[in-house]
Amino acid sequence: MSTEAISVRGLRKSFGPKRVLDDLDLTVAEGTVFALLGPNGAGKTTTVDILSTLTPPDAGEVRVAGHDLAGDPRGVRSAIAVTGQFSAVDGLLTGAENLRLMADLHHLDRREGRRRAAELLERFDLVDAAGQVPATYSGGMRRRLDLAMGLMGDPRVVFLDEPTTGLDPRSRRAMWDVVRGLLADGVTILLTTQYLEEADQLADRIGVLDSGRLVAEGTADELKRMVPGGHVRLQFAAATPLADAARVLDVPVADAAALVLDVPSDGSVAALRSLLARLDAARVDVAGLTVHTPDLDDVFLALTGRATPEEVPS
Amino acid sequence: MTAPALTVRDSATMLRRNLRRAVRYPSLTLIVAAVPIVFLLLFVFVLGGTLGAGLGGPSGGRAEYVAYVIPGILLLAIAGGAQGTAIGVAMDMTEGIIARFRTMSISRTAVLTGHVVGAVVQTMVGLAVVLAVALLVGFRPDASLVEWLAATGVLVLVAVALSWLSVAMGLATKTVEAASNLPMPLALLPFFGSGFVPVESMPAGLRWFAEHQPFTPLIETLRGLLTGTAIGSSAVLSVVWCAAIAGAGYLWARRNYERRPAR
Repeated sequence: MSTEAISVRGLRKSFGPKRVLDDLDLTVAEGTVFALLGPNGAGKTTTVDILSTLTPPDAGEVRVAGHDLAGDPRGVRSAIAVTGQFSAVDGLLTGAENLRLMADLHHLDRREGRRRAAELLERFDLVDAAGQVPATYSGGMRRRLDLAMGLMGDPRVVFLDEPTTGLDPRSRRAMWDVVRGLLADGVTILLTTQYLEEADQLADRIGVLDSGRLVAEGTADELKRMVPGGHVRLQFAAATPLADAARVLDVPVADAAALVLDVPSDGSVAALRSLLARLDAARVDVAGLTVHTPDLDDVFLALTGRATPEEVPS
Repeated sequence: MTAPALTVRDSATMLRRNLRRAVRYPSLTLIVAAVPIVFLLLFVFVLGGTLGAGLGGPSGGRAEYVAYVIPGILLLAIAGGAQGTAIGVAMDMTEGIIARFRTMSISRTAVLTGHVVGAVVQTMVGLAVVLAVALLVGFRPDASLVEWLAATGVLVLVAVALSWLSVAMGLATKTVEAASNLPMPLALLPFFGSGFVPVESMPAGLRWFAEHQPFTPLIETLRGLLTGTAIGSSAVLSVVWCAAIAGAGYLWARRNYERRPAR
């Protein structure tokens, strides 16, 4: 048994003439959060739809929780839960009834089903709303009920398709806490999001999806180091070492009054070590040092050549 | 548990869900029963006197027309029920809950079977109400117990067939509005058959259509069972038509359920 919860090789999907996924490769390790980051139309939802057996791929090999998607879709389904952008709850049943419906469909016996439903209502802060239909719920409550329904089957892999799109900041943070809780239970999570902050906050690894291809993949820090714009800011105690450092490193002094020097750098340990070695060799005293890596907004712009998706109306 | 046992269990779960929805929000069921009742009253009290005279029977008039029109009204009720079913399925689609069911390890047919059986139960309740009103306005069937059972069987058969068709229609449409329009022709078919006037009174082309469309043998069979007119080959034709419609509806529904894009 591999430790890969999700592995995708050469995934392709077209809708008519439009190629939505173009040779997508993807690996998610067990018990981690992987964020697929991309603008509208990048293929995020299509990826989730294929991995959750809703849409058949045109080509490619997919394994989810050890089950082959093409050969054993039932096995995949028994191991996953999906929460879409649009909450898939039964609008005419109450929150508790929705959960008990899921319990029945997972073949839990009546008592166990009721116990699990009560537990999930408690965990997702829905106890007060349990007897009401979702029409009376806020967006965040609907989304939590949706996720709770998915968890009734004890999934190993959870797909969260833009779980916080359209939620207010407070509900978004509540959702983040829920995701962290899932991770603590050892669940693997594939998350799609348009929000760079969300990927930064939650994900162990991030894949930047653009026009159906992964244009970059790595940890948030790795991605930030991939783009220009990072620098190391050196702080000095006096004007003399500042001038010395500027000469040694061949960097213009931008702000002599503040006694700081900005040195372009990718911020990696190796680059820092060599920078400090050069300063040491020239016997320049440095009072302080801070590494400024570009944030994910810079990454997104550099990788996709477009503004950050938060500026794209959804 | 074995696979068939799981299918039955999942279907029962889905049936309970659909019945709970129907009981809690009875307006759709009531509308389904109300339309044929309105037509029944309209045809009996407004048009019945004249239409009944045209039937050329021994008694003539309104009383005879009541007996004549009831089978057509019952089928109208089933067709109306089909519309409600398509709407219910389309609501499930737009709410995304069908997509959720499809990502779960539950029997593929269970979701559809739950809708069909739920629709049949709902339709039979509606038919009982319509029949009660029919009795109130003077419908006096002369059916024996066996004939009643046979008539009920025919109605269940029609309900099953049209429910599979309407589930497929609900899955095929993108909006609830479209789902409510698609089964509309079904409600017109009793009119273009022997439901409200004898086919002999129709012009040649229309008459040919009326004689060969599925609702005519169904109406003739029900009429024969309830009021003792000749049935002939209508009974066999009815069963064949229902089996064909149910089969086609089942296959269409399965195909839509499997192939439909996620949302």
